[in-house]
Amino acid sequence: MIAFIVRRLLTGLVLLAAITTFGFTLLYLGGGDIARKILGESADAQTVAQKSHELGLDRPVLAQYGDWVAHAFSGDFGSSWFTGQTVSAAIFSRLSVTLSLVIGTVLVVAVVSVVLGVLAATKRGWIDKVAQLLAILGHAIPGFLFAVGLVLFFALTLGWFDPTGYVPFTEDPTGWVKTVTLPVIALALGGIANVTQQIRGAVIDALRNDYVRTLRSHGIPERRVILKHVLRNAAGPALAVLAVIFVGLLGGAVIVEQVFAIPGLGQVAVQATTQGDIPLVMGLLVATGVIVIVFNLLVDLAQGWLNPKVRLS
Amino acid sequence: MISPAHTTDPEIVVAPRDASKVSLFRRVLRNPLAVASMGFLAIAVITALFAHFLAPHDPNTAVIQNVLAPPNSENLLGADGAGRDVLSRLIFGAQFSLAGALVALLTSMIIGVSGGLLAGYFGKWIDTAWTWVISLMMALPTIIVLLAARAVVGPSLWLSMLIFGVMLSPAFFRLVYASVTAVRNELYVDAARVSGLGDGRIIAVHILSVVRAPIVIQSAIVGGIALAVQSGLEFLGLGDINVPTWGSMLSDGFTNLYTSPMLILWPALAIGLTLISLTLLANSLRDELERSNAPRKQRRKAKAPAATEAEAPSEIIRHEESGAPDGEVVLEVTNLSVGYPSPDGGLKKVVHDVSLTVRRGEVHGLVGESGSGKTQTAWSILRLLPEGGKIVGGSIHFQGRDLAKVSERDMQKIRGRSIAYIPQEPMSNLDPSFTIGSQLVEPMQIQLGISAKEAKERALSLLARVGIPHPERTFAAYPHEVSGGMAQRVLIAGAISCNPDLLIADEPTTALDVTVQAEVLDLLRDLQKEFRMAVVLVTHNFGVVADLCDRVSVMRLGRIVETGPTEPIFESPRHPYTQELLGAILSEAEPRGPLVTAGNSASPSPKGAVR
Amino acid sequence: MSELLLDVQNVTVEYPGHGFRGNPFRALHSVSVDVHRGECVGLVGESGSGKTTLGRAVLGLAPVTDGQVLFRGEDIAHASRTDRRRLASDIQVVFQDPYTSLNPSLTVEQILSEPLDVRKVPRSESSKRIKDLFDMVRLPADAGNRLPREFSGGQRQRIAIARALALQPALIVCDEPVSALDLSTQARVLELFKDIQEQTQVAYLFVSHDLEVVRHISHRVAVMYRGEIVEFGDGDQVTSRPQHPYTQRLFFAAPVADPKAQARRREERRQLLAAQNA
Repeated sequence: MIAFIVRRLLTGLVLLAAITTFGFTLLYLGGGDIARKILGESADAQTVAQKSHELGLDRPVLAQYGDWVAHAFSGDFGSSWFTGQTVSAAIFSRLSVTLSLVIGTVLVVAVVSVVLGVLAATKRGWIDKVAQLLAILGHAIPGFLFAVGLVLFFALTLGWFDPTGYVPFTEDPTGWVKTVTLPVIALALGGIANVTQQIRGAVIDALRNDYVRTLRSHGIPERRVILKHVLRNAAGPALAVLAVIFVGLLGGAVIVEQVFAIPGLGQVAVQATTQGDIPLVMGLLVATGVIVIVFNLLVDLAQGWLNPKVRLS
Repeated sequence: MISPAHTTDPEIVVAPRDASKVSLFRRVLRNPLAVASMGFLAIAVITALFAHFLAPHDPNTAVIQNVLAPPNSENLLGADGAGRDVLSRLIFGAQFSLAGALVALLTSMIIGVSGGLLAGYFGKWIDTAWTWVISLMMALPTIIVLLAARAVVGPSLWLSMLIFGVMLSPAFFRLVYASVTAVRNELYVDAARVSGLGDGRIIAVHILSVVRAPIVIQSAIVGGIALAVQSGLEFLGLGDINVPTWGSMLSDGFTNLYTSPMLILWPALAIGLTLISLTLLANSLRDELERSNAPRKQRRKAKAPAATEAEAPSEIIRHEESGAPDGEVVLEVTNLSVGYPSPDGGLKKVVHDVSLTVRRGEVHGLVGESGSGKTQTAWSILRLLPEGGKIVGGSIHFQGRDLAKVSERDMQKIRGRSIAYIPQEPMSNLDPSFTIGSQLVEPMQIQLGISAKEAKERALSLLARVGIPHPERTFAAYPHEVSGGMAQRVLIAGAISCNPDLLIADEPTTALDVTVQAEVLDLLRDLQKEFRMAVVLVTHNFGVVADLCDRVSVMRLGRIVETGPTEPIFESPRHPYTQELLGAILSEAEPRGPLVTAGNSASPSPKGAVR
Repeated sequence: MSELLLDVQNVTVEYPGHGFRGNPFRALHSVSVDVHRGECVGLVGESGSGKTTLGRAVLGLAPVTDGQVLFRGEDIAHASRTDRRRLASDIQVVFQDPYTSLNPSLTVEQILSEPLDVRKVPRSESSKRIKDLFDMVRLPADAGNRLPREFSGGQRQRIAIARALALQPALIVCDEPVSALDLSTQARVLELFKDIQEQTQVAYLFVSHDLEVVRHISHRVAVMYRGEIVEFGDGDQVTSRPQHPYTQRLFFAAPVADPKAQARRREERRQLLAAQNA
């Protein structure tokens, strides 16, 4: 088991190295004259050259990358070119907001999908129809469009929730619920559609297995057959989809945060992008890469716990 | 006695024409939702193609006095926050939004499909390299990458859609890769290779034909995702302001949400309807595809109910008892019929009026070929028919109750406790996620109400009883860690764990090697004697019948055609079908003998010796 | 003695292990067997005995790591793709599973014309050849424009046989061609194999787990156990009076379809096992 974790961690590190190398090369080579961009069109050539030197941009890319990596290992990802704030500070202050949104969504997706998926697979009938309809809608309508609809209806028309803003849970739990509910619903819809379908299919497949008949032949109650045996075997494929969904959620959160004016990573990302603030963009790549790798590791561990073949190999 | 003369070769009669041969796309046209979706998409595409002729105004011309103008004769849908005509922007938006999505779609398709084909078909290092690149792409949120790219290259619809296409290529790669690796190991690809086909031709004929339809479906899905993400980016205000797209209209509408909420409606509708159409189209294509593949899967199970009602019921031939049968009757099945709902709404019977009596300590064989209804009969005694299957007539008397009418709750108490079951395939009948021990202990705790400790002791002694050399080790093992023969012994141990009165064994040795089969038959015989169980043994193998059964019923097309004690049936079969089956057994036939060629016979070569 | 067609000499097959340190899996240990023109040599054994691997090695579908596979005197164990393509008209195959050995999306005519097309046989000639093939395997002439799923298992196996015969090969490797079929169908398909052999003088390397099937179809029989041939000789001799202890166990393990004879065989098996274990 420990060898398994170590192997996955190493794979994650290699992946992270690949992401940073790739990202760094593209960002620093493809960006054109960065100093000129920072200073604006009016600056004279000498000031631009000086700025370039100041930022180390006149050195070979490889050397710049080496510096970046060396600093990154000590937790220093440089500073924003425009605000002067350190990259780690800029990202860390927003990370908890985005993560609470995304993790909340993952939990909602997991719980709703398991319940709905199992019911749709075993009961069929109307509940299956509802699940299918939800799947089509959730699949077709992008989260941010759905978010706009939610704002219009629940916040502006009914006034049940706050249309914009974010209150940390530690400050005011009710306020947190009021601000976070709509974004989570908007984000979760797509995931629920996808994972419910996956669980429904996996449960139907698992129910067709020969061992289900054998379990029933032992007189094991149907509920126990489904909740203990079928669900356990269906969980593997569902978890795999959850891992894919998670990556999509991080991206989706960026846009949905804009709709609700939530001060998360999305704001930093959009700002850094429009300004071409490359150290900040680089920091964002690393942060999301690390989050995804950690989440995938958790999913792999869960898979190993669920499936003895994975665990023992 | 091979190929009896009294029947024409039934193999020659070919089944009636299969209707599902109609092409997939033509069948989709019968689905109204799919037709509506295609209609909407066609309108959107035509609008996009002829935007120049359809739009009343230039989409980018801003007229200051028209800012946020309500609908009027000049601007049918009003004007936006910059004073541009909404209708014209909507029409040109179709052009640019769809073209952008198409760029992403084509990019991802070209990369994903070719990569999937190469990696899947040739494997080795190509496979490793591609898989790495793909997992790298999948580890990053696409939006973040697009934002990063935007930071470098600035706002360009085409470039960002090109990059997005690259990021989306795993969608095609994984689909094609999975299909190709599955198909590559299919026997028909081996057969093509043996026929002398080159790799190019094998990929073109055998592999592309399999992945073609899934690629079309995936295209609808990926096209939708591309449009959604493109709109999302533009919504964030990251698009090129000079390119009118639905997404940039959304962005403008959202800015003016409080003053003029109608502005967001039109682009939202256009995007929403396009995406829903694509999803519905993909869904109906997939449904049709699954439907056309279904019959094949069903037949491969070889247990699909195949009996028909067409056959006129003939007299059941009953052999005389040699003496008055003794022993209490354990199971009495009378005129049992089993049916499945057929697609036309009727009922397709697969078991017709089957009657059989099994006494304590007696083994009753149900023998027949595939589709004879023998397994269906066995499952209906357990009330474990596959989905849709129903007992539609007759009774199953067991311990004073009619199992055909007992509630599911009572049936759960009977199953495992009084009636036990041994399945055919040992490996697939154990839950792969739990240890063998826990699967033996669970039913004993439920049925006998004993403690976990007691159940474990019992399980260990059962494992020893069925001839497993290291009970402790097997108890802790997972199903995939033991051999097929061992797994079958485990299943037998599970079946007898609660001292059942009746054992239903469905082809218990068919999946096993001959030498293992002999051992398992010995074990079954010993256990049956020891526990004085009544046994219903389903098999297609007359050797197994001869080895174990006291009585036998021969089944054909859902009916019993001949029944009686085993010996007289083997010695003097009376029904033509029984005669045909027994005649087809090869052990009766002469060996072929050495090869005789013109004049001289091939003597065994020097290698022909015992080693 | 008729012409020596296939001569397998001390062939070893090893599959590479999984991962970096995975041990290679040796499926065949130095196996030798020979097949003459018009002859059927049966390969019998249980799962994991290597019988299917030997068939695949002859077809070039398994990695031969040692030894020679001589076909008409030429070593084909490591034949190049071009050589293999040329060999296709000499060596053909019929697989076990009649459901996966035919591409479900091609019509029967497309399946049968495929090997002919590769050889650039003209249309008119190939459609005539396909008609002859239908005749030979006793399928109706209108079977051509149907899909494989419209046929039963036995019929599909006839289609697979027709495909193998399309190029008039000298040798067909038959990998468990009747074990997925019902008893009565099995008997008919075996008869078909025999008839075709007598008509065309094609040779068979016939792989099966069933001693009775092999005894019925084969002139000579080789018994395989754990990747080796333990007994090889005259079919009647090997399948009725086996010499090797494993063949004896195999022989007595198969139940006979006669209650009295089976009771006797059971007793004989018990004595054999007692004697072998002693």
